[in-house]
Amino acid sequence: MIYDEEFETLPREALEAIQLKRLQQVVEKVYATVPFYKKAFDEKGVKPGDIRALEDLQKLPFTMKQDLRDNYPFAMFATPMENVVRIHASSGTTGKPTVVGYTRRDIDTWSDLMARTLAAAGTHKGDIVHNAYGYGLFTGGLGFHYGAERLGASVIPVSGGNTKRQVMLMKDFGATVLSCTPSYALRLGEVAAEEGVDFKSLKFRIGVCGAEPWSENMRKEIENQLGIDAVDIYGLSEIIGPGVAVECVEAKQGLHIFEDHFIPEIIDPETGEVLPYGEPGELVFTTLTKEAFPLIRYRTRDLSVLYREPCRCGRTLVRMGRVTGRSDDMLIIRGVNVFPSQIESVLMTRKDVAPYYLLIVDRKGHMDTLEVNIEVNENVFSDAVKDLQNMEREIEKDIKDLLGVSCKVRLVEPKTIQRSEGKAKRVIDKRKL
Amino acid sequence: MRVEQISIFLENRAGRLAEVTRVLGKAGVNIRALSLADTSDFGILRLIVDDNDKAKAALKEQGFTVGKSNVVAVEVDDRPGGLNRILEILSKGNINVEYMYAFVQHSGENAVIIFRFDDIDAAIKRLLENNIKVLEGKTVYTM
Repeated sequence: MIYDEEFETLPREALEAIQLKRLQQVVEKVYATVPFYKKAFDEKGVKPGDIRALEDLQKLPFTMKQDLRDNYPFAMFATPMENVVRIHASSGTTGKPTVVGYTRRDIDTWSDLMARTLAAAGTHKGDIVHNAYGYGLFTGGLGFHYGAERLGASVIPVSGGNTKRQVMLMKDFGATVLSCTPSYALRLGEVAAEEGVDFKSLKFRIGVCGAEPWSENMRKEIENQLGIDAVDIYGLSEIIGPGVAVECVEAKQGLHIFEDHFIPEIIDPETGEVLPYGEPGELVFTTLTKEAFPLIRYRTRDLSVLYREPCRCGRTLVRMGRVTGRSDDMLIIRGVNVFPSQIESVLMTRKDVAPYYLLIVDRKGHMDTLEVNIEVNENVFSDAVKDLQNMEREIEKDIKDLLGVSCKVRLVEPKTIQRSEGKAKRVIDKRKL
Repeated sequence: MRVEQISIFLENRAGRLAEVTRVLGKAGVNIRALSLADTSDFGILRLIVDDNDKAKAALKEQGFTVGKSNVVAVEVDDRPGGLNRILEILSKGNINVEYMYAFVQHSGENAVIIFRFDDIDAAIKRLLENNIKVLEGKTVYTM
């Protein structure tokens, strides 16, 4: 089903005309209101008036995650705080999160885009949406919530955790649409089975899954085990949250990007050069309609591919392939973005351990696990087991407090973790998606 | 009244313990007593040896994390209830035992128990007040 028949099926020419007009507006706006952009444009020698065609976008500078960090918390906002009605945040590369803001109209836009997303997955008025994305600073929970309400569905804001209770509610409330990370969908299936609940006998028809990379095999597993259609969604808080792109349930073949609000580009992550359709590279987005937090050519670090072939669902929007990886070292663990440097920043605050660490990420059952190996040295070593175990618990807590993801700290012998000689191996990812 | 004990951090992997005994054997260090505490991912080997400095230097050279701590060696009557008498004394004196292990002795009427206390001075005082025989370090290293 297509929620916004007009804008999701525009002829290319009409769409591009809208994009250009909106691009010119947003470029004018950021140049006038965000000092970071004025400086960045001036340094590149480009003025808002130079944007006369969509191709001129390439003249503009990129925005990096580091730029958001440098302007923490609100200096990238293009509107005074009195117009900002909502703040969300996601992990930064070190201690400070990446902060995003929304005006009332941004929330309205976002709700529409999420209504489009849910509709593309097959949701309609009358559906009951069991929304197990986390509510809070993370954009997932509230993004889905507003979209489901906009669509006229009933939304159950169950958020994450307490899986047994979720199974009970799914059964008792008769939910028909499941929104959660793909790994959590499988986990729900597992726990349902443990509780003697046959997931396939529940009323679910659709799973709207995202916030972490997954594969066709995982889709098959989810669809077979839960008896639903599972579609992939894409979004990131910097761009708006979920609601940037979605697969249609008809084709399940690539994610339609809502191009009337976001212009995607694929670049070579090494050179920054824009690549033609069909070539894999790093996704870059420019927001066209956001008021509080517009971004120009934001480098997502997500690796994907864009293609223009029309889709049988009728949407004329460009599609992106599944995200296949990252062009930086960010990990997504149980839907939470984790940068290895964040672990380092936790260790640096402690005087008793060396800042050498090795992260081992695995998937046990359907849940991601994170193990942090840290070297024991004579400053911390004790002949009493409880002292070392207390230290392990303390570091686990520090990491959980900063990253919002639980981990297991394992102490290892000194000098067994590789030292940084150029590029040290900090992460072993054993997950097979 | 204090006995010096060395402790070594060991990852739970095959061959690590043998590596310690190999290093000590090569250095000509004789092990007097030992205990191994283990968790699911690491172990702590505690040793009383005849030459602490030599043992420590040899192990550190091989990259081991070595710690030093003070323990108390107590002579216990080698008969039923011998150990219990000492533990009762400590318990009544509100002295907490962190851990303990027995000494390997070739002959004699008595057993030797090694105690690690939170408060070593209070423990020694309590034991002496109750006429328990606390051994000197040099006696233990050469037993």
